[in-house]
Amino acid sequence: MTDPSRGNAGAAPGPAGLVRPALSPTRLALRRFRRNRLALAGLVVLVAIVAAAIGGFVQDRLAAWRGEPEPYRTSLPGIHPQPPSLVPFRPFGTDPLGRDMLARTLVGGCVSLGVGLAAAVVSVLVGTVWGLVAGYVGRGVDTVMMRVVDVLYGLPYILLVILLLVLFTQQYAWVRVTALFLAIGGVSWLTMARVVRGQVLALREAEFIQAARAMGTRTGRIIFREMMPNLAGTILVCATLTVPMAILQESFLSFLGLGVPPPLASWGTLASDAMGALNPVQAYWWLMVFPCAFLGATLLGLNFVGDGLRDAFDPRAR
Amino acid sequence: MLHYILKRLLYFIPTLLIIYTVAFLMMRAAPGSPFAQEKDLPPEVLQARIEKYYADRPVYQYFRYAWDLATLRGMNSIRYPDRNVVRDILVPAFPVSLSLGICALSLALVVGTAAGVVSAARPRSLADYSAMAGALVGVSQPSFVIAALLLAVFSFWLRWLPVGGWGRPSQLILPALALAALPAAYIARLVRAGMLEVLSADYIRTARAKGLRERTVLLDHALRNAWLPVLGYLGPAAAAVFTGSFVVEKIFAIPGVGQHFVDSALHRDHPLILATVLLYAVLLVAFNLLVDVAYAWFDPRIRYD
Repeated sequence: MTDPSRGNAGAAPGPAGLVRPALSPTRLALRRFRRNRLALAGLVVLVAIVAAAIGGFVQDRLAAWRGEPEPYRTSLPGIHPQPPSLVPFRPFGTDPLGRDMLARTLVGGCVSLGVGLAAAVVSVLVGTVWGLVAGYVGRGVDTVMMRVVDVLYGLPYILLVILLLVLFTQQYAWVRVTALFLAIGGVSWLTMARVVRGQVLALREAEFIQAARAMGTRTGRIIFREMMPNLAGTILVCATLTVPMAILQESFLSFLGLGVPPPLASWGTLASDAMGALNPVQAYWWLMVFPCAFLGATLLGLNFVGDGLRDAFDPRAR
Repeated sequence: MLHYILKRLLYFIPTLLIIYTVAFLMMRAAPGSPFAQEKDLPPEVLQARIEKYYADRPVYQYFRYAWDLATLRGMNSIRYPDRNVVRDILVPAFPVSLSLGICALSLALVVGTAAGVVSAARPRSLADYSAMAGALVGVSQPSFVIAALLLAVFSFWLRWLPVGGWGRPSQLILPALALAALPAAYIARLVRAGMLEVLSADYIRTARAKGLRERTVLLDHALRNAWLPVLGYLGPAAAAVFTGSFVVEKIFAIPGVGQHFVDSALHRDHPLILATVLLYAVLLVAFNLLVDVAYAWFDPRIRYD
């Protein structure tokens, strides 16, 4: 690790007494991330999809606000499902109830992306605190907290989700959607807790933490000012990779019929509804292809970004 | 080593007991009654059913169910009152899921390892990009979409393979492929990352300097170490794959155990929930032990004394 070109040593003096400008590890990581073309492409795709989903949602709300028929829940006249057409402008076709698939795909995207985001937020909040406390306090607390994680891992995850979901069996759509967010978030923090704890265990023994402790720094300051900058990369990577898992889990729950209640849609419910329309005689391919393409592109983008972030924050990176 | 295995075996029972207890508490706390039906039962019939399953005596129910499951005697399901959860439900269904799972996991291991080695041998080549793109497709679609795609191509369009069912070897291919997609993709990425890390090690340079064939360097020297992360993943993966998949079983009409995990939770079928939870927990704990033992065999530096 004496090679100065590795660049992760910050202001390490070079062999000839040259001092490289001090860059924080985060800045260096972001610089490495920007050089990763695949990850950047993933980010662009992701931003485009999020913008389209939000745009679809806003357009739908605007229509509702103006008192016009909302495209995603209004049946169009005629015989349905209709294949994609440009005139009239229905590029994704219509579903068996005559609703515009473009609007449903975009508005459904908000639900799917929301589930992913909620899972990431829960795993960052709960998982990070859980792992930090377990790793930092150590001893008995660590053992108990990590055994809790082990036991929750030892339960079939589907049982956890279903039992969390049925805690909220009210008719209100927003309660059901919130329950879905919480249920998927509730099982997604376990990995984060394990990862963060591992990092904290290693950091706790690091010399700069011991030095801080020896100087009498308060625990809160050690955790937030000394440890957090070193944990940020790990947490970011883990959270990014939580989102695709959560979106897949939402689609699985939709397949079970436990997804968002109709007429709401998500990519998962759209794809699993399309499954019902799949038969050897008549292929309504557009029902399946468009939601799945959006789902796949989102997950690919997230995976590329997650991998890119992992490589960028990897201390052994070149 | 023997000492270590015995010690781990000793932890089996408390671990299973804790998992059983948590599952029992969650199951009792969840709203909804297992006895609720579309048609209301007469109160005396309902009372008789509740007493038959000890639902009115939670403490007794806890110990009685635990004992019946531990002795593999089992109790009757609530949803199917004349079927014993062990004898009539899990024992016939588990071999189906197990054989399908073994096929799928072996397939995932072979394909995933091969893809990982090929892409790490020539990073940033066409082979690397296509292998990793394939792996990413495997993790970027829900399993029911992958299953539907396989069905559409091989059964509906080409008409090579049957649509579903269980019993003939040809009926095994599509579900095994659908089940293997996710683990194969995951293993490929793990192997690639591990190989890339190992290939820059000194002992690989030594092996190459000795003039060993690239094939020997990759497969004998590098893969042995690069494969270790896969081993860690295999424990939980095997437990999950061997207990079947609701989606794959539903789509291909396979009488496995995966459906019972979902159905029992949906119908609050208390005896079946506990039986499936314990089946999964036993497999998970056992496979994690096997993996830890295999670590020591794969990597002689690891010792458990």
